[in-house]
Amino acid sequence: MNKVRVATLWLDGCSGCHMSLLDMDERLIALTEKIEIVYSPLVDTKEFPQGVDLTVIEGGISSEEDLEKIRTVRANTKVLLALGDCAITGNVPAMRNTFPVSEIFKRVYEENSDFNQEVKPVLVVPALLPKSRPVHEFVAVDAYLPGCPPPADAIFFALSELSEGRVPELGSLSRFGR
Amino acid sequence: MITGPRIKTLTIDDKPVGAREDETILTIARENGIRIPTLCHLEGLTPIGGCRLCLVEVKGIARPVAACVTSVQEGMEVTTDSPRLTQYRRMVLELLFSERNHVCSVCVSNGGCDLQDLAQEFGLTHLTVPYQYPRHKVDASHPWFTLDHNRCILCTRCVRVCDEIEGAHTWDLFGRGMQARVITDLNQPWGSSQTCTGCGKCVHVCPTGALSEKGKSVREMRKSREFLPYLRLMRQGRQV
Ligand code: SF4
Ligand code: SF4
Repeated sequence: MNKVRVATLWLDGCSGCHMSLLDMDERLIALTEKIEIVYSPLVDTKEFPQGVDLTVIEGGISSEEDLEKIRTVRANTKVLLALGDCAITGNVPAMRNTFPVSEIFKRVYEENSDFNQEVKPVLVVPALLPKSRPVHEFVAVDAYLPGCPPPADAIFFALSELSEGRVPELGSLSRFGR
Repeated sequence: MITGPRIKTLTIDDKPVGAREDETILTIARENGIRIPTLCHLEGLTPIGGCRLCLVEVKGIARPVAACVTSVQEGMEVTTDSPRLTQYRRMVLELLFSERNHVCSVCVSNGGCDLQDLAQEFGLTHLTVPYQYPRHKVDASHPWFTLDHNRCILCTRCVRVCDEIEGAHTWDLFGRGMQARVITDLNQPWGSSQTCTGCGKCVHVCPTGALSEKGKSVREMRKSREFLPYLRLMRQGRQV
């Protein structure tokens, strides 16, 4: 039997959702009987592959790079799961949203720095978008599991169901902020 | 001849019930163990029909009505749950979330919040309307309490408890639409209010993390509202 091709992506989040994913402990081993991780911060693939069955997104869309990535992911994925509050509401990274990016740069790199105040991260690193926003405001999302982070049990249930091709009701398993 | 309030008979979710004519649909539903979700309503405060979560269907009336401010009538047929009502209730919740900045993960009321509980009850896993991310202030000028406008749902429970129970009327509403917010005295920092008695009733009736006690961190604020029915009873007793 062909294994279900699963990817995970870490955008503007703290990696806590990925930690919660690892919290599934030995159930991860059971899951790998059915699924294969083809792209993730946990494996070494550099390019997002084609023909992915399920992609799990942690984090919101905060930079031009995030936006480019999510479009590539959507174009190559059958089912997209938004995992955790940052991907779904913006959450903590979105607390910058009430300030313009220029004000944030001023605060972080001028007022709160005692040297090289004129240097701003404008080269090499991806430019910030005006706001950090939920994934589904940019691309279609098929399933949502809120939580900060969502509990491992809920993630296990979601992955088990989704990898079997079912889109379960997940709202009762977790909530915003949990 | 004794003249008291007249009794009306009606049905709620097909269950026949009897009610005094001055009772609301919400009161009589609750007396009969039928749950209607509410957010701005609090037993002991004047109902205002503000949040629209308690919308119910009444046969023969095209639009749903707010159960907390609609009096019972003879022969009324009330339905408290339907796909249309669920859709409206979800939309109310979505709009409340989108109009302020609710960051549950770092909120003092996380795990003890009426808005958060209702979101889960209605399976709100995401919003279908865009978040507004408005800029709002936090007023920490009071020695014991904090007001965080980012979490306020404009339910006016604070306004009503301060006016009706404490008798201070420190709180009011200011502005319109999305700009509306609660203010203390003449729109001045809470700490400089001359009318606030510091009783903390507003903090405890507040359904969200908008009003909290200082020194409470994430997940630590829990509200206790047991005082309200007692104070209400004592006050009524004194008035008779
Ligand atoms: S007030 Fe309630 S819904 Fe809003 S952030 Fe706090 S816990 Fe979440
Ligand atoms: S501060 Fe709390 S009680 Fe007052 S209107 Fe806002 S949410 Fe309601």
